[in-house]
Amino acid sequence: MAKITYITSDNQTHTVEVQNGLTVMEGAVQNDIPGIDADCGGGMACATCHVYVKDDWFNRIPKKEDGEDDMLDMAFEPKTNSRLSCQIIVSDELDGLEVNIPSKQA
Amino acid sequence: MKKTDALIIGAGPTGLFTAHQLKLIGLDCEIVDNLDKVGGQCIELYPDKPIYDIPAVPECTGEELTNNLLNQLKPFDIKFHLNERVEEVKKEDNDWLVKTSGGNSFLTPNVIIAGGVGSFEPRKFSPKECEKFENKSLFYSVKDKNIFKGKTVSIFGGGDSALDWAIELSKKSNVNLIHRRDEFRGAQATVDKMYELKEEGKIKLFTKYQMANPHGEQTLESIDIKHDNNEITNLKTDYVLGFFGLIMQLGPIANWGLNLNKKTIEVDTEKFETNQKGIYAVGDICNYPGKLKLILSGFHEGALTARACFKLARPDEKYRFEFTTTSTNLLKRLGKKE
Repeated sequence: MAKITYITSDNQTHTVEVQNGLTVMEGAVQNDIPGIDADCGGGMACATCHVYVKDDWFNRIPKKEDGEDDMLDMAFEPKTNSRLSCQIIVSDELDGLEVNIPSKQA
Repeated sequence: MKKTDALIIGAGPTGLFTAHQLKLIGLDCEIVDNLDKVGGQCIELYPDKPIYDIPAVPECTGEELTNNLLNQLKPFDIKFHLNERVEEVKKEDNDWLVKTSGGNSFLTPNVIIAGGVGSFEPRKFSPKECEKFENKSLFYSVKDKNIFKGKTVSIFGGGDSALDWAIELSKKSNVNLIHRRDEFRGAQATVDKMYELKEEGKIKLFTKYQMANPHGEQTLESIDIKHDNNEITNLKTDYVLGFFGLIMQLGPIANWGLNLNKKTIEVDTEKFETNQKGIYAVGDICNYPGKLKLILSGFHEGALTARACFKLARPDEKYRFEFTTTSTNLLKRLGKKE
């Protein structure tokens, strides 16, 4: 279990508890947090669950696997701290993680 | 105006198999799709990626699955309307009047939405100012490459479309290629060719840059591009091309009076009918308790919807359940019996 904070582009903060093994994307969708579309359902095929991970966390969470950066090319306003939230799997180590949701997904 | 027993919106795997089921039980159908080819997400998102959970098919790619479905449709005559988006669905007596962006209209008792997560549209540049130049000097696809002759073209993107056009246009235009990182995801041979042209000075390459701002009153004059380190560079340019792949948009479906849940359409699990009689939703776009976004679920949903369509298309006949192994009727339709 980890407490994850999602910050929307208009600075609304949503902190929820997400079970280990779920993804950061699933944590948002199951808790009706706005701004994460996840059109493809977590298949790394659409880039609509794009988030920015705060710098100190970016280097602590598991690294991107092949293909994630390819999809991020298509995301709306990608930055160096961009991730696809469907590829970040929640564990106890992620307790306190903060992610920012872009102003739109496409 | 075309009359048909059922109109299918979406030529992905679910739409294709639904067509098979309709034809098998003796109904006509036509299919409309916004893309220029059949296959839907399978072709657009993962043509080369293997799928391992189609029943009785241990492994196949999106492209193979699509080709197999088309093979399965061979006995039947099905009209496809590609490159057309359904714009309007309107009640007309007991039928639905459906109009497409290609100027086609259909009158049908049954409309089956097999639209995945909506229609594919090009992903656009983030800065709002870019809209002003869209379809004038800023494009997301190339219709006529001759307009770029002798001009400066700034191409954004890191995939095959961006690379292919950079290479092609560099023959007769000044080309800037701009990409947000150093790695390109295009085919290796294409990437190598692009670097070769860069060495020869035929392509100017800007990596770790993104579009910041277009400049110009009526016509585009230049663009600002921004480096990861926030440094801005101004490039004189006549045209801009953006290749960021496609995004799925629900589009006009949102205006048809259907019960929606986020980007999905609520249906029952007997007919997969929406809150509008004679409009059904199958595959990824439909939603009901326990819904799984799997291709196999789409096949099941399409089979049941086809039977529901029979009632509205042939109100005076009774549908009789038959197996393809034993039914003379079905075997005739499949072309296996005279």
